[in-house]
Amino acid sequence: MSEAILFRNARLFDPASGRDEAGALLAIDGKIAAIGARLEAPADARIIDCRGKCLAPGLVDMRVQLREPGAEHMENMVSASHAAAAGGVTTMVALPNTDPPIDELALVDFVARRARAIGIVNIHTYAAVTKGLGGRELTEMGLLAEAGALGFTDATRAVADPLVMRRALSYARTFDLLLVQHPEEPSLAAGGAATEGEMATRLGLPGITPVAEVMMIERDLRLVEITGARYHAAHVSTAAAIDAIRGAKARRLPVTCDTAPPYFSLNETAIGDYRTFAKLSPPLRSEADRQAVVAGLADGTIDAIASDHAPHDQESKRLPFTSAAAGIVGLETLLPLSLALYHNGHLPLLKVLRALSCAPADILRLPGGRLATGAPADLVIFDLDRPWRIEEERLRSKSKNTPFDKRPVQGGAVMTVVGGRVVFEGGG
Amino acid sequence: MSPSRATLHDSAMPGNFDSASTCNRKPFHYMNSRRLPTGGLAAPPPPSYSRGPMTLGPPSSAFRHRHLLGIEGFSPEEITLLLDTAEGHVEPNRQADKKRSLMRGRTIINLFFENSTRTRTSFELAGKRLGADVINMSVSGSSIKKGETMIDTAMTLNAMHPDVLVVRHHESGAVQLLSEKVDCAVINAGDGSHEHPTQALLDALTIRRRKGRLQGLVVAICGDILHSRVARSNIHLLSIMGARVRVVAPRTLLPAEIERLGVEVFHDMRQGLKDADIVMMLRLQTERMHGSFVPSTREYFHFFGLDYEKLAAAKPDALIMHPGPMNRGVEIDSEVADDIDRSVIRQQVEMGVAVRMACLELLARDLGNGPPLP
Repeated sequence: MSEAILFRNARLFDPASGRDEAGALLAIDGKIAAIGARLEAPADARIIDCRGKCLAPGLVDMRVQLREPGAEHMENMVSASHAAAAGGVTTMVALPNTDPPIDELALVDFVARRARAIGIVNIHTYAAVTKGLGGRELTEMGLLAEAGALGFTDATRAVADPLVMRRALSYARTFDLLLVQHPEEPSLAAGGAATEGEMATRLGLPGITPVAEVMMIERDLRLVEITGARYHAAHVSTAAAIDAIRGAKARRLPVTCDTAPPYFSLNETAIGDYRTFAKLSPPLRSEADRQAVVAGLADGTIDAIASDHAPHDQESKRLPFTSAAAGIVGLETLLPLSLALYHNGHLPLLKVLRALSCAPADILRLPGGRLATGAPADLVIFDLDRPWRIEEERLRSKSKNTPFDKRPVQGGAVMTVVGGRVVFEGGG
Repeated sequence: MSPSRATLHDSAMPGNFDSASTCNRKPFHYMNSRRLPTGGLAAPPPPSYSRGPMTLGPPSSAFRHRHLLGIEGFSPEEITLLLDTAEGHVEPNRQADKKRSLMRGRTIINLFFENSTRTRTSFELAGKRLGADVINMSVSGSSIKKGETMIDTAMTLNAMHPDVLVVRHHESGAVQLLSEKVDCAVINAGDGSHEHPTQALLDALTIRRRKGRLQGLVVAICGDILHSRVARSNIHLLSIMGARVRVVAPRTLLPAEIERLGVEVFHDMRQGLKDADIVMMLRLQTERMHGSFVPSTREYFHFFGLDYEKLAAAKPDALIMHPGPMNRGVEIDSEVADDIDRSVIRQQVEMGVAVRMACLELLARDLGNGPPLP
């Protein structure tokens, strides 16, 4: 690994420092050694001419379901790693809803060991808040964190019981741990398949009131107030929830949140004709909520964009809408769909990149996500403007469940570098 | 007349097919149309060129659908054609010799993923009276328990070359999904809370026979709208045909934004039934309910059950309808249900066979011999 690479003739973007300039970057031994307008390469360095393309910190995807262990026919850490690399994602953080769920030390070790053996992109994991994701008994959060769990979440389930949540937050505060919530009041969402409203009514689908999201977040914020724990709301999707978080941030609560590309790229009309590939949890929302998500990203209320990668095989999706599994694959579409925020004039490019790299890295307290000397050489080189179409059959994920098939997008990764090693090259 | 009513009439304008599909803010079609006329149906269809011997009845060019999945998206002409065709079957069905040969040689499979006696029997009789071979399959018990998916079941049946699949499923959208995977025509015999098109057609035929028209009638649909596919299909059909549709229910049994479908919403029976021409009661679908939507059947009957006292608000000659099976004493008083002057509940059942014959006949008319399976 003792290797030097000089990336020259690049447009350097570093959302952490605000850098946006032409220049070069030198990586030695997996770390960023130097950044500057002109750099001298060591004699043995590999030189990569970026030809004016953008060079930015690799994407840090804070919400990915890897399906390993337990459902390797849908995805495994190898296929997900290839998908991540192709999407410019250099670090992904796995949700613990595997089979068995990641609620014990041995399973955190398992993920770490597999990640090292595969060695394509950085893989970290959350651990469960409650044993077996059952919502009752707390896991050994302290020990799990020492073993490497980056945070605690019951993945696609909310920690519903207020007392359990209160204790989890109090206990997490003891060790300064991060709690990630799937913010949806489960009894309001039970049996639901789409956001309540005209669309669900016409299709005859059981609806979920959008209030289910803000209710859970407002309850949690009260508990954060009395516990002081670090709290992160995943995939926020409604105007009301974003408002609640905006207010909490104004009150200086230790609160962050993310959203996922479908919530700013699609609205509930995408489920028309019972398209199960557009079935998500939380469900796609109204156009007003979609716009609120864009506004939340623009004003910084929403800190991060995560792919919320949820691979499902044909058999889980080729079902009547209510029975079909919720979720879409997202690793390879994260960057192009997020770049649309810039192309459509909603966000400056640096702000888009911040939500994809240094913001999630900071929430998770990871060293990456920035172009700084000494930081890991986790990088993405991307073409900002190249028009192309997302095609499901070209996805590297084992599962192809995307509602974005045939969608025209602009820009995407042409090279991905993890720890100073090129792990993906192409697309250019 | 409220603004929503005006929209409704625009959309119900005869022949205005294109605006009907857009002004409802509906970005998609439920009907898989085979050869929709490109110019809409605004002009009367041009005389068709002779394609062999003249057939009696309306030209088949007026019904261009491969499947019958729902009422939403239909034109007034198409509904009228279906009703007129069904009308032609009513008298023959009352004769001793009921058998016709319009579908001789055709195979119909009744594929029911949800228990049903009435609808299945009605479709079975309809198919047999047209001369088709009819097979009944109840899947709720057999293959599904063995782990076979709905699609696999459909593909298996498809390989046996049926001409029409009549499908009922407990999930919304399931019949459409199935129709995308098979070569034959598919009739939706009820999917979840989505649509039950033949029920709406038989209701319309019943009304038309008694009232002579649909246009301008005030129809109050009362009860469990939330879970009801019958309500949705009736709302679409009656709106398309220019009737004024009201829904009357407690708020817990109304789906969100139901008014966007062009109906007036009431929460009080006396107000909702005021001057109504038709009172359509729905069954309280306790089997679809997760949790408590109404506190008790006693309370429900007190406020929303149809008795003579509440019926007094409607027009003196108002008709009482119910898609069955009835919960007597829950949504409808026994006396009212059996009132021979007002209740047309048994006529609805009779019209059901005629309407289903019409649907089968019109769909089968255009059936070619499909490509061989690989």
